[in-house]
Amino acid sequence: MQRYLLRRVLLAVPTLLVTSMILFGILHLAPGGPVAIYASPDAGPEDLARIARLLGTDQPIPVQYMKWLGGVLRGEWGSSFRYREPVTTVLIGRLPNTLQLMLAAMVLAFAVAVPFGVISAVSRRRWVQYQASIASMLGVSIPTFWLGMMILLVFSVRLRWLPSGGMATIGIDFSLTDRLHHLVGPAMVLATLYIASWSRYVRSSLLEVIHQDYIRTARAKGLAERRVVFRHALRNALLPLVTLIGLQAPTLVGGAIITETVFAWPGMGRLLAESLTSRDYPVLMASFMIMAVLTVSGNLLADLAYGWIDPRIRLE
Amino acid sequence: MTEALRHQPAPLTPPVAETVRRHPGPWSRFVRNRLAVSGAVVLTILGVVALLAPVLAPYEPKAVSLEILSPPSGKYWLGTDDVGRDLLTRLMYAARVSLTVGFTAAILTVLLAVTVGAIAGYAGGAVDALISAAINIKLAIPILPLALVLASFLETNLLFIVLIIGLLSWGGVARIIRAEFLSLKEREFTLAALAIGAGHGRIVVRHILPNTLPPIIVAATLQVANSILLESALSYLGFGIQPPEASLGNMLQNAQVYLRTVPALAVFPGALISMTVISINFVGDGLRDALDPRLRL
Repeated sequence: MQRYLLRRVLLAVPTLLVTSMILFGILHLAPGGPVAIYASPDAGPEDLARIARLLGTDQPIPVQYMKWLGGVLRGEWGSSFRYREPVTTVLIGRLPNTLQLMLAAMVLAFAVAVPFGVISAVSRRRWVQYQASIASMLGVSIPTFWLGMMILLVFSVRLRWLPSGGMATIGIDFSLTDRLHHLVGPAMVLATLYIASWSRYVRSSLLEVIHQDYIRTARAKGLAERRVVFRHALRNALLPLVTLIGLQAPTLVGGAIITETVFAWPGMGRLLAESLTSRDYPVLMASFMIMAVLTVSGNLLADLAYGWIDPRIRLE
Repeated sequence: MTEALRHQPAPLTPPVAETVRRHPGPWSRFVRNRLAVSGAVVLTILGVVALLAPVLAPYEPKAVSLEILSPPSGKYWLGTDDVGRDLLTRLMYAARVSLTVGFTAAILTVLLAVTVGAIAGYAGGAVDALISAAINIKLAIPILPLALVLASFLETNLLFIVLIIGLLSWGGVARIIRAEFLSLKEREFTLAALAIGAGHGRIVVRHILPNTLPPIIVAATLQVANSILLESALSYLGFGIQPPEASLGNMLQNAQVYLRTVPALAVFPGALISMTVISINFVGDGLRDALDPRLRL
């Protein structure tokens, strides 16, 4: 087990290294660098050269990469071109907001998807299964940003139940209810994608489990159907979901970019979109590396959790 | 051959087919799936309207007018946008863009995925290890942000959008194809082909590839839907198809400002994307059930 963990962690290092090289290469090889953006329109060639020197983009790309990597290993991520602050400061301002959003969305998705999947698996009525498959198809097919706009249109513009975006009401002190009030819309949107795929997953794995011998035994000894489904079947059926959640970390990131843009949520996703326009390389690199680490560790955690929940699986 | 069979004496027992229900073929399985058929119908209608947009559209897609943000009327069936362009016309042209991007990007994705997956699965060994590592690295980078990076740096015309989507999306499909090849190359018919002296190229193309068609067709169909969604997201964020060219995503980019006043601008393009993607997904699901019931999630 420990050897497995060690090997996986060691394997993650080259993955992240290559990822960082590719991203660094793409960013820096792209035509039209940051210099043109940060220079005033009337800047002469020597001004441009000075700005390039200041940003460090005048050096060959491998040299820049080694410098960046050296800094990262020492825990220095450089400073943002746009905010003129250390990247860590910029990120620390944004990361918790995104994590809040993701957490809220995942809790919501789990709370809805599991009962939904159970009902559609257990119900013997055809129309329930029919509705369920249509509903989950809607969930994966409707574009996230449009769903967000429709939620804004219905709940904020028409019904005035929800705020029209942002993280807090301007001019009042922080309060939990206010924050939660602002979280409802974006969390709903971000959760939809997962509700659709998770409930399908719960359904199919529950259907698989329910035909096994120990379920028949449980029924045969006279347990209530409710108890059989929830205590005996569901527990085992939820196993694969854990893996799925881990594997879906990258899509959560994509979803966060869009959701944060629609709802003006000041998180990492929006930061990333803004940094692209302003060619803020250090911030972009750091955001991407956070995502890559999130993905790799999501995969690893999924595998570990799987082995932990299901002792039959041995991780070698 | 069939002649010979016909002249055989009639069997003493009644034919089995009459007592046992015959196994339905893929086509009848697909046709029986109501959702898949309605998806196919909707998709056909959308395709025809998109194709005939220059004939059917009441106005020019880029023709501006002074009647800005006008509500639906006899003159403008769905109203006009913020520079007075007819919404219905723009929707038709945008659907053209979305479907073009969706289908071409999906074809590109599948071609790449099949090539990479086939090489990895068939060659095995070090080649497989290397390609699998590359796929894993690719899957570690979320697609949307990377697509945004490339789109923000490259010229954003139709061709580049297709290339970006195609080049970024092959990872998952390649994995499926690789697994198929990995198992199919050990099967008896492959070994038989090898034994009678068929070359590797022939075995891959003539013997293994046809057997991987069901998952390829299903993956390709679902990839059309994913490509359309990705294009619309890129365009919505301002990094995809650029105005004045109409795309369903970039029509929504502006719409958010007018959500309060002219919600139609936001409702119709999004509804059209959703309808298209849902139809494609239903067709894909139907194909999966029809072609290979084992594949069911």
